[in-house]
Amino acid sequence: MSAVGTFVDLLAGRRDAAMLTPRDWDGVIGVARAEAMLATLAHQLKGAALPAPVAALLADQRAAAEVATQQALWEAEMARRALASERIEFVLLKGTAYAAAGLSCAEGRQIGDLDILVPAHDIGRAENELLEAGWEWVKSDPYDDAYYREHMHELPPLIHKARDRMIDVHHTILPQTHRTTPDPLALVADAAMTESGFAVLAPADMACHCAAHLLADGDLQGGLRNLWDFHCLTRDFAAVDPGFWGRLDARAAKHGLRAVVHRAARLARDLYASELPEGWGRSNPRDRWFRRRLLARDDWGHASDFALQQAFYIRSHWLRMPPLLLARHLWTKWRKRAAG
Amino acid sequence: MRHSTRIAVGPVQFRIGSDWRAPVAALERLYAAYPQDAARPADATVRLFAARPWRRWLRPSVQIGGDFVVPDALPLPLSMGLLAAEMGMNLQVALGWRRHLLLHASAVARDGRSVLMSGVSGSGKSTLAALLGEGDWRLMGDEFTLIDPASGDALAFPRAVSLKNEAIAEMAARVDATRLGPLLAGTPKGDICHLIPRADAVAAMHEPARPALLLFPRFGGATAIERLGEGEAFVRLTEASTNYTALGEAGFEALTRLVRAVPAFGISYPDSAAGLALVEQLWAEAER
Repeated sequence: MSAVGTFVDLLAGRRDAAMLTPRDWDGVIGVARAEAMLATLAHQLKGAALPAPVAALLADQRAAAEVATQQALWEAEMARRALASERIEFVLLKGTAYAAAGLSCAEGRQIGDLDILVPAHDIGRAENELLEAGWEWVKSDPYDDAYYREHMHELPPLIHKARDRMIDVHHTILPQTHRTTPDPLALVADAAMTESGFAVLAPADMACHCAAHLLADGDLQGGLRNLWDFHCLTRDFAAVDPGFWGRLDARAAKHGLRAVVHRAARLARDLYASELPEGWGRSNPRDRWFRRRLLARDDWGHASDFALQQAFYIRSHWLRMPPLLLARHLWTKWRKRAAG
Repeated sequence: MRHSTRIAVGPVQFRIGSDWRAPVAALERLYAAYPQDAARPADATVRLFAARPWRRWLRPSVQIGGDFVVPDALPLPLSMGLLAAEMGMNLQVALGWRRHLLLHASAVARDGRSVLMSGVSGSGKSTLAALLGEGDWRLMGDEFTLIDPASGDALAFPRAVSLKNEAIAEMAARVDATRLGPLLAGTPKGDICHLIPRADAVAAMHEPARPALLLFPRFGGATAIERLGEGEAFVRLTEASTNYTALGEAGFEALTRLVRAVPAFGISYPDSAAGLALVEQLWAEAER
C-alpha cells in the first residue's frame, strides 16, 4: 500500500498503527509532513501503541502545535484590538476560527495566515485601522494590487511588521469573478459567538466555506487537510444537531454550493469514512479524479501525477475567472515575466 | 527514489533519497562509522532530485527537497551533490526540529561540560570546534547545538564537519587523509571539504553536556575578549536560533536559563592558535 494510502487509513481509523513497519512509518511521516498534517496525525494516534521514536516525534508535534495555536489566537486578539476602536465587527475564518471555537479539527491543525471576514461596506475602514496598527502591504506590484481589489474576495495580503504574520481580510468567501457567488451578508448575519468572544460562521456556513475552500477555490493543494476539516466539522455538528445535514443542504443551496458540498461529503466518506445520511451518498464517476488528485503523493512525500496537478490548476483558474478576464490576466503576467 | 541511505546524527534520524548514486555513495563513506538502526523510522526526509527529467544526465544538477524546501533555491551541479545533501539535512533540522532549542553554534565538551560557539558563517566557529575536537575535547558539532528545554543540557549534533577554504589545509595537515571527504572546489560557499569526526565523538553523541561557556568568536583582527551581558547574549542567541519563536514559552525559558547560568564572551583572534588559546584561557577561568 502507498504511504499516502496508509496515512489516510490511519486518520480514518481503518488501520492499526501497531501493524506498521519502520519503512511504512518513513513514508507516513514524510507524507504527513508534506500535507502539514503530522500534528493532526499525532492527535489521532494519541495513546496508540507506537514505536518509541515515533511516539517521541508525535509528542513533539503535539507540543509544537499547541504553541502555534496559541500564537494564532493571539494574532486574532491583535486584530480584534486593532478593529475595536472603530467598532468594526469581523468573523474569524478557517483554522483560527476552528481553534477559537474549540472544534476537534483544530487539534494539531496548522494555521497559516489569520483569515477574517468583514462586511464589504466596512472593508475600507478595516484596511485603515490595520495599517495604523502596524500591518503593511506584502505586494507592491500595482497590477496585483488592482487585481485583488477589483476581482478578488479579499484585500491584498497584509503582514504585521513586528510579528511577521499575515492577515487576509475577506469580504466574501469566493472571488467576485467566480462562477459561484455565495451570500456574504447571510454569513455575517448568522455568525455565532465563541466563549472566547470571537465571531465565527454558523455551523452550516462553516462547512459550506470549508467545502468551497477545498473544491472551488484552488487546485486542491493541501486538500487532504481541508477535507479532514470538513470530515471533523460535519461529524461534530451532526453529533449535537440531528437536523444538521438537512440544514447544511439548504444552506449550501442558498450559497450556490450544493454540488460542492455534496462532493466534499462523498470524498470525506471515501477517504476518511465519514458517515453520510440518506440522499448524500449517490456516487459520481468524476469523484475518482478528485480522489486521485487528493492522493497524488509518492512515498517520499513528493507531489506526483504532474498532468493531473496541472489539470486541476487550470480548472481552478477556469472556475475563478471568466475567459476574457483570464486571457487578459495571463497576457499581463506573461508580458511582465518576459520583461522581468 | 532510485538511491537512498539512512543517517542518524545526534537525536535526528534522516532518510536521504537521490536520483543519482554519487551523493549517496559519498554520504555513506562519510557516515560509515555512525550507528545504524534499521528499525528506527526517519524523523526527517531529504530528497536530491533533478528539477527537470533531462537534468539527470544533461549538465546534471541537484535540486534540494524534502519535508521542508526553500522556495526558489537554485540547484547545484552534481559534482557538489554532497554539499546539496548537507544543506538538505541542515534545512530539515533548522525548520522541522521541535524537541530542543536549536542554536546555530558549534560545541565541544570536556568532563561533561560544554563550550558553545555561536557565529555567522566565516566566524571560525567550525574550525575552532574541529581543531579542539582533535585535542582533548569531544567534538559535539560544528553547525547546530541542541538545548534540552527540560534539563538545560546541550546535546550534540556531530555531523561531518564542513571545512571551508583555508581551514581545509589546516586540518589536512593534522588528520589522517581517510578522515577527509572529497574536495568540493568553487562552491557558492567557497571550497569545501568534510571532516569525519573522531570515533569517540560519534560514540558519545547521545551524551548530554552541561553548558559552561558561551563564546561568540570572530576570526580576524587583534586578540580581544569582551564580556557580554545576559541581555546581549540572549538577543544574539535568539538570532542564532531557527526555532526559538516556534517553541514559544519553552524556548524563552531554555534561553533565559542558559544566558543566566553561563558566562558569555565575544572573542576576536588573528589565527587559529590564538583562538584555541583564548578558548582554553576562558575555560580555565570559567572552571574556577
